[in-house]
Amino acid sequence: MQVLAVSTDSHFSHKIWQEQELKKMVPGGVPFAMLSDAGGRIGRVYGVYDEDAGVDIRGRFIIDPDGVIQAMEVMTPSVGRNIKELIRQVKAFQHVRATGEVTPAGWQPGQPTLKPGPALVGKVWEVWKPDLIPN
Amino acid sequence: MADETLKCTQPVRGPIAASETSAAPDASPREQQKEISMQARVGKPAPDFEANAFVGGSFKKVTLSDYAGQWILLCFYPGDFTFV
Repeated sequence: MQVLAVSTDSHFSHKIWQEQELKKMVPGGVPFAMLSDAGGRIGRVYGVYDEDAGVDIRGRFIIDPDGVIQAMEVMTPSVGRNIKELIRQVKAFQHVRATGEVTPAGWQPGQPTLKPGPALVGKVWEVWKPDLIPN
Repeated sequence: MADETLKCTQPVRGPIAASETSAAPDASPREQQKEISMQARVGKPAPDFEANAFVGGSFKKVTLSDYAGQWILLCFYPGDFTFV
């Protein structure tokens, strides 16, 4: 999976942030591309550019190998993200793409999936319950 | 592409409209920018773009379509050196 991090900062700023701060948090620095969206033109197209603040707010998009957006999450700036939930979603989308099955709420790799069809209508309760969602 | 071409300003295309080739060729980037609105939708193709980037220790231009065929996490954030 390729991670592309985007902000309205210049690519020069990205370099200094990586070298001066991120390398002190993550050994070797963050391993992904850091993109500059000066002017917010990309952010506008993705619906994350805050015209008042002049920055791209926190938004993330999972894009599949066909270039199709499978998931998006956009948040106001003060709350950070949950990387575990992000990874869970990526694994679920990859599983769905590979198998054609669908994954119920809270699905984790290894748990039962659902196979939609006439036989499943009204019978989901037999194969899935809320307590299957891990804490 | 490489660092040797580095300049103080480094124009990039930004969003690359699917209809870019058919758009009025004389429209300036500023005029085109007025028409920019949210296009991202789940289940639809991710809008392509070109951006200046810091990648693997050097500067280069990156387009989303460079990564076609791979899973991509496109992650926007408010700014370098912010707190959360």
